[in-house]
Amino acid sequence: MGDLLQLLVSGTATGAIYALAALGFTLLWQASGTINFAQGEFVMLPAFAILLFLGMGAPLWLAFLLACAVAMALLGATFKRVIVDPLIRHGVIPLVIATLGLSIGIKQTVKGMFGAQAHPFGSPFPADQFALGGVNVSYADIGTLLLAGLIVIGLQTFLNKTITGRAMQAVAQNTDAARVLGIDVRRMVLYVFLINAILAVVAALLSAPTYLAKFDMGDSIGQKAFFAAIIGGFNQTRGALLGGVLIGIMENVVGFYVSPAYKEAVALIIFLLVIVFRPEGLLGKAEERKV
Amino acid sequence: MIIDIHRHCITAPKALETWRNRQVAGFTKSAETPRASELRICRRIVGPMRSIARISAFLLSLALAQPLLAQTQSVKIFGLVELSGTGATSGTNFNDGVKLAVKEINAAGGILGRKVEYTASDTQSQPQVAKALAVKAIDDGAYAVMGPVFSGSILVSMAETKRAGIPNFTGGEAAAITQQGNPYIFRTSLTQTTAMPRVARYVKDNVKAKTIAIIYTNNDFGKGGRNVFMKALEPQGIKVVADISTDPGQLDFSGAVLKAKQANADALFVYTNEEEGARALRELRKQGYDRPIVGETVLASQKVIELAGDAANGAVAHVGLSADAPDPGIRAFAGKFQKEYNYKPDHNGLKGYTGMYLVKAVTEKLGKFDPKAFADAMHGIRLSAKEYPGILMDVSFDKNGDLDRESFMVKVVNGKQEVIATLPPLSSGK
Repeated sequence: MGDLLQLLVSGTATGAIYALAALGFTLLWQASGTINFAQGEFVMLPAFAILLFLGMGAPLWLAFLLACAVAMALLGATFKRVIVDPLIRHGVIPLVIATLGLSIGIKQTVKGMFGAQAHPFGSPFPADQFALGGVNVSYADIGTLLLAGLIVIGLQTFLNKTITGRAMQAVAQNTDAARVLGIDVRRMVLYVFLINAILAVVAALLSAPTYLAKFDMGDSIGQKAFFAAIIGGFNQTRGALLGGVLIGIMENVVGFYVSPAYKEAVALIIFLLVIVFRPEGLLGKAEERKV
Repeated sequence: MIIDIHRHCITAPKALETWRNRQVAGFTKSAETPRASELRICRRIVGPMRSIARISAFLLSLALAQPLLAQTQSVKIFGLVELSGTGATSGTNFNDGVKLAVKEINAAGGILGRKVEYTASDTQSQPQVAKALAVKAIDDGAYAVMGPVFSGSILVSMAETKRAGIPNFTGGEAAAITQQGNPYIFRTSLTQTTAMPRVARYVKDNVKAKTIAIIYTNNDFGKGGRNVFMKALEPQGIKVVADISTDPGQLDFSGAVLKAKQANADALFVYTNEEEGARALRELRKQGYDRPIVGETVLASQKVIELAGDAANGAVAHVGLSADAPDPGIRAFAGKFQKEYNYKPDHNGLKGYTGMYLVKAVTEKLGKFDPKAFADAMHGIRLSAKEYPGILMDVSFDKNGDLDRESFMVKVVNGKQEVIATLPPLSSGK
């Protein structure tokens, strides 16, 4: 029983990181119909931005904030302006291909600048751990859960309780009706891109200490985020959370009870099952295609 | 001025110039073409310029002959090293080691009175490039070839040095390199086959473990090492209670570490590449693993320590070569290396340095430059560091080109390797 609890705790922590990336994924989809296959690189790039600022002598919190600013400018506003806006009117496929290309471009640029080797990345949390009801819990896991939880709750509150947040939801549900109501659609969509960038920086801060900052660290995260979003339901933000945490836990459970060798297949298997038996996702609502 | 293919220099006499001009003019008006018999040069027409021309020709020939002279006297050593690509860390270390040795050897008068001329070229960590560079080194008249360090590269490039009959020193550690009956290949370090029995012996005698868990990377390197280690454990009576395979490039080690914890073994053996080793150590620390963690070379290497940070502290590993070994010669080497290149050498730096000194030692023992005799002499040779200080440690080579010498158990303390035991060579019978 202790084992299972232990697996649940560390699995949820890993899953929380997937969930953050998956959340950005679904938000982008809902607001602008963008499927971002460079989401993993959106996590990798801030990790290196943080390293860069740390290298300049900034403390971690400042490096994090600076990385947020850079990510919002580069991965939020510039991404939208330069890639999404010109391509979105041609449909989903050109944009998918463009983000795939962007993913390769970002990876190779980082490889060119920082080399192909992994770089150490300090943890924002203390390395110790404590026993809790027979389970060893590390501060890193708890910190990850708390920070990710805080971000998610904050985001939900923002979306549901503020006028801007509700306006963003309105845009996501029906763009035309939102426009008729006098909502600045373009501004709301831009906000979504900025939020996605911040989520990516947080995911970077939480994942890089154990994964090490490396040019291809986004491959796995981006893939898991995509699966998590589909599993949970692409049109539900809560779905992305469920999908991410589910993958995180199941990976740990399978890695322990079956074999670590099969761990990487877990997300794919759940993904397949969901696609076959519940294509709209676990929490998703079947959606009429907007014409 | 005319310089012929033998680099002889003469001044062109006026008569030749006149004749040549007529010949050139003859290309358009054939009637003016001079006959060969009309070209007559006798000494007298050189005239008053003679002595000046003679002196300048003499001086020039001296200047031209200088490199020619040096060429016949210097010994050419070629380095095929990973200066870019995935092996950049290893290759740069190895190359700088060789360069340092060459510098010292030349400062002390060279080998048998001849200067060493070292040329390094970059294999880009790719076997096919290494092979092409080996061919070039042979064409350029190599006496010995140093490198590559990557096992995959040397396995390909050594076919060329074998064909040409040129001694080839490598930093590669894969068992296959010396199992192909190549009489010209020599190692500069121990291999998995020679290292693992020492690790097993250490686990039994010092850790006093009866059971052990293994985490390894499922690639040629990791699986090969794990197989050899398992075999080495048998005679020591140590039981493997958990055999945990992980993927190359694996990010998340929580499952593997939990499994290792669960196995409740007396010790844990971690055999992965650098990055995975660092991730495993970080996860082990995170989950509070408190049993001894043992590895081989990689686990306590500079890169893993850098990546894993505090989590590397306490890890114990067997290393064939360590810049921190408690040996005045090695300490002195590490100091000189740090001063020259401004970074701390790892085991590959030592491989390059000692490899170059092996070339010097064996050549001087032979008393002549003969690649074939050199290779013959290497097999079964025994060299003492007292007699040849550059090789740093007593070393012996067997008939395959594998070497045997002392090695060390190191422990990571405060982010630094600390030698906790010196293990005798296998051939000492202990």
